[in-house]
Amino acid sequence: MQINLTVTNKLGLHARAAGKIVELGKQYQSKLTLKKNNIEVDGSSILSILTLSCPKGTKIQATITGEDSPEMIEKLKDLFSNKFGEPS
Amino acid sequence: MTKRQNKNQLKLTGIAVSSGIAIGKVRVIERTKARITYQYLINNDQIKQNVQRFKDALNTTENQLITLKNHMPDIIKEHGFIIDSHLMILKDSMLTESTINRILDEKIGAEWALKQSLEEIRQIFNQIEDEYISSRINDVENVTERILWNLSGETQESLTNIKDPVIIAAHDLSPADTTEINISKAIAFITDMGGRTSHSAIMAQSLQIPVVVGLESATKQLKDGDLLIVNGNTGEIIVNPDNNTFIYYQEKKKEQEEYKSTITKSSHLPAITLDGHKITVRANIEFKEEVVAIRNFTPEGIGLYRTEYLYLWNNKLPSEEELFEDYRKVTETISPAIINIRTLDLGADKISSNLRMPKEKNPALGLRAIRLCLKEQQIFKNQLRAIIRASNYGRLQIIFPMISGIQEILDIKDIITQITEELTSKKITFDSNIKYGIMIEVPSAVIMAEDLAKHVDFFSIGTNDLIQYALAIDRENKNVAYMYQPFHPAILRMIHHVVKVAKDARIGVSLCGEMCGDPLCIPILLGLGLKEFSMHAMAIPLIKKIIRSTSLKEATTDFDNILKLDTAKEIRLYILNRMKHLLPELQEKGYLDH
Repeated sequence: MQINLTVTNKLGLHARAAGKIVELGKQYQSKLTLKKNNIEVDGSSILSILTLSCPKGTKIQATITGEDSPEMIEKLKDLFSNKFGEPS
Repeated sequence: MTKRQNKNQLKLTGIAVSSGIAIGKVRVIERTKARITYQYLINNDQIKQNVQRFKDALNTTENQLITLKNHMPDIIKEHGFIIDSHLMILKDSMLTESTINRILDEKIGAEWALKQSLEEIRQIFNQIEDEYISSRINDVENVTERILWNLSGETQESLTNIKDPVIIAAHDLSPADTTEINISKAIAFITDMGGRTSHSAIMAQSLQIPVVVGLESATKQLKDGDLLIVNGNTGEIIVNPDNNTFIYYQEKKKEQEEYKSTITKSSHLPAITLDGHKITVRANIEFKEEVVAIRNFTPEGIGLYRTEYLYLWNNKLPSEEELFEDYRKVTETISPAIINIRTLDLGADKISSNLRMPKEKNPALGLRAIRLCLKEQQIFKNQLRAIIRASNYGRLQIIFPMISGIQEILDIKDIITQITEELTSKKITFDSNIKYGIMIEVPSAVIMAEDLAKHVDFFSIGTNDLIQYALAIDRENKNVAYMYQPFHPAILRMIHHVVKVAKDARIGVSLCGEMCGDPLCIPILLGLGLKEFSMHAMAIPLIKKIIRSTSLKEATTDFDNILKLDTAKEIRLYILNRMKHLLPELQEKGYLDH
């Protein structure tokens, strides 16, 4: 399953936000990859996510494969739309 | 005893940050680079063994991080997420899997393989344009260091676990480390990094133990258990002192402690010179909690409240309400005495990760202090509004840092007008007669002093920066640090000029750099006409004592003589001799050692 996401929090995908993605991934069996400008990285690696370098406004594509992917996608969407729980 | 004689005495000099003498065994905190062995693996057993060693080290590291997180003192609880991200890095395939693959494929030892993984990550991070994200390589380095130390079989301990009265030596200490030391039993600490005014140095002073920073490579030369003398007055470290030195410092330490307690007892006496001139001595503070702690030193108010703390400590920018509460409490507590609140002086050596500031080649000359505030006006306005609102609760004055000319003052005044009009329209009360002052710390402000005086209520001379900018030296640069000379004739003439201008213009003038905490500087500063000082609270008892032993008339004559001298060295010698005459006990007790 694929979805498009936009980074809307002020600080972008910095360590704390990337950490929350990794944290989320741990709760599911499905595998997550994130893609920006044809660069695709492992969504369970905080360092890989950081290297994507996503400031506010970046559009990225998430691919989730696995049995519990529908649920994980919803949670991932929430995470992005809640700006990772950060004040905007 | 015999052990001590066997080793050679070694002297190292750094920058004295917090006064006093400590004698004790050193505990080297391995925040420094772990040693890496480069080893080729010659058989499968060795390969298996290295993979296992690496996995064990990962487990140990994980346990350490979890323990650290669970034992975080309340004051730094908010930093918990840093540990969480370290735990994630620890489990990150870019670091761990790649290291294991290297051990297997390249047949190299675990340390070497890990180091290569780090370098690979570093290269990728170097290409990231976003400065904030690329600087996260520091976290990867931190985690790697921890693993490397665990691979070496040594354990890296939390500073809070130090229960013995030891001297802590470290390559560098973060503000969090400094807090941990606070709850340990350390009797002194020394670091390779840092300058007199670096953030952890300033924090360290509140610990009231001797601290020397900027020792460059001291920790590499020290071994756990080495006997050490830390002279927080002069910045000197003596490793494995010979018997004579050991005995000398033991005596000085005892004498200084006794002297300190005597002069602290007399600290409540006003600072009046021998010929009857009243001098005002205030304290510099960094956090609101200090307001209570400094009472023992009886300052006549707060001459400088540095406000960076709230911006550096939290992982988000403080809200106006948080700032207001902080400023209100400090102002109320110190009332009816004066408090000078300095607006944000971020930049240079104090960087907040909340402000995504671009990396600058020369931060001391870059976007810092008032420049940053006038660029990021929302941040500035929030702070100013909070300060102005707090003025309702005592005698609050505001100081703006790094002013270089009139334009900045005009810009600031516009903002102040906006804020006060807004507050008035919302019927929020504040002191409508707040006094506004500026730091004189940029050489251009010295030259423009007469004009600047027309626009402000007072000057506060910041010598830490003034010396660095006037003498064109980077005080963090060890190669030129010797040129950081408060006694340089140019510096004394600049201060003299500013004081004269302020007096002619009938506006207030005070000095708030480290300089006025130096016993030798006081007679000179009195002699050139200064009557108001603000310094680290711990220095107050001694400085007051010196003021009470000085005649202003003589100090003025001395200053006339000093103006005729050509070099910092001559001036220092002149005043040293005067001081020996003025207060012989200072020399006897080793305060004038250098």
